[in-house]
Amino acid sequence: MENEITQVTDKEISKNIIISARNLNVYYGNFRAVKDVNLDVKKNQVLSLIGPSGCGKSTVLRCFNRMNDLILSAEVGGSILYNGINLYSAEVDATEIRSSIGMVFQKPNPFPKSIYDNVAFGLRINGYQGDMDEAVEKSLKQAALWDEVKDRLKDSGLTLSGGQQQRLCIARTLAIEPDIILMDEPCSALDPIATLAIEELIRELITKYTIIIVTHNMQQAARVSDETAFLMVGEDRAGYLVETGDTQQIFTNPKEERTESYITGRFS
Amino acid sequence: MARTDFDRDLNTLMDELLSLGSMVQKAVLLSLDALKTRNLTLSKQVINEDDEIDNRAIEIEEKCIDLMATQQPLAGDLRTIITLLLVSSELERMGDYAEGIGKIGLLIGKESLLKPLIDIPRIGDLASNMLRLSLETLVSRDVDGAKRVIFMDDEVDEIYNQIYRELVLMMIENPKNIQRATYLLWVAHDLERIADRATNISERTIFMVTGKKRDFTDV
Repeated sequence: MENEITQVTDKEISKNIIISARNLNVYYGNFRAVKDVNLDVKKNQVLSLIGPSGCGKSTVLRCFNRMNDLILSAEVGGSILYNGINLYSAEVDATEIRSSIGMVFQKPNPFPKSIYDNVAFGLRINGYQGDMDEAVEKSLKQAALWDEVKDRLKDSGLTLSGGQQQRLCIARTLAIEPDIILMDEPCSALDPIATLAIEELIRELITKYTIIIVTHNMQQAARVSDETAFLMVGEDRAGYLVETGDTQQIFTNPKEERTESYITGRFS
Repeated sequence: MARTDFDRDLNTLMDELLSLGSMVQKAVLLSLDALKTRNLTLSKQVINEDDEIDNRAIEIEEKCIDLMATQQPLAGDLRTIITLLLVSSELERMGDYAEGIGKIGLLIGKESLLKPLIDIPRIGDLASNMLRLSLETLVSRDVDGAKRVIFMDDEVDEIYNQIYRELVLMMIENPKNIQRATYLLWVAHDLERIADRATNISERTIFMVTGKKRDFTDV
């Protein structure tokens, strides 16, 4: 078994793949929420996970930084290789993984602290020894928020608009310099202008990061992602992967009839 | 879940495209009839009716743009709307070629033709058939039929080259023939272009159905 994983790892690394899910199954108690998902994520690309409600896309996303560990009844089967390491092997520390694979949630969730402290928070708890001012400025600049907040860093993060709060949360994630950013419907609570700002930011961030985004907005998936994976709910109510491919191909000429039906709004 | 309104709008657009196609086909045939029978009134009619073809094409284009903006089509729907948009433009240009033949009819006037019209009606019939078949196969989403239309273009090219050679020889033999030969060459060229655009329609049909843009190697 160990040999098999080593072989897969070598192969995946050669293809510039940063994450490989193999036979991923997620159970909540007796209920199987995700069934046999095999999915590769390429480095410095955006992968969108799309599909109807209940198809398990957020569940799959949460597997990538072991957020499902926080749900008592959740059990994950199969493997997720991150740079060749199985995230679910016993010796891997979930907290450490989360500093390499950060997450941005549906609703902006800044801490009730200053803008500065929001960004510095992760660095402090990780015992950061460098120049904190510099690190905060760098992260806010990367999140395209610096110009809007540089004169009010001591104001509470909660005084910002929804779009700014979401970019603050992205800055907070970027501060600890992850490899991968997971985004769970990051624009669903934002207006079109704030959404556009986040989408532009996503495209800028991929020069340094890999991004996996769950979205219900197919136009958004088409705009921001390089690859798209479509999941569906089976008759047993378990989510499964139908098709994955280049975003352009998925949205103009999907291979699977089920994908075509879903993205053209003829899903039943 | 059905997208009833959207599907209805797409079907309506397809019907409007067919109606535009039959107007264009009629214009092509009338322009040739006018030339054969030296009927200047008919030539003028073809020229005048081209405005209506242009307007219909613009209407289809506007409806396609509206549907794209409001329905944000993807995959097969997107390919269908893009195809309708492009085909309406092809038809509009075919209408222009028919108008061009009408204008040549007026330029020739009552002057005698350089030679009896034999090959030009042949190429005209072929181009007109290709137009009709290209639209039929578009509506029925018939990829094999569309490939047959593409194949027909070779015959049109062959006849066109024959006409070209013959007319150039007549010009070489007697420079006094140049003007009248050029008129007929224009007509043949317009018909050859109509066939080319019918071929384009069939290529768009294959794209609409299969998503493939250039893979016609088996044609």
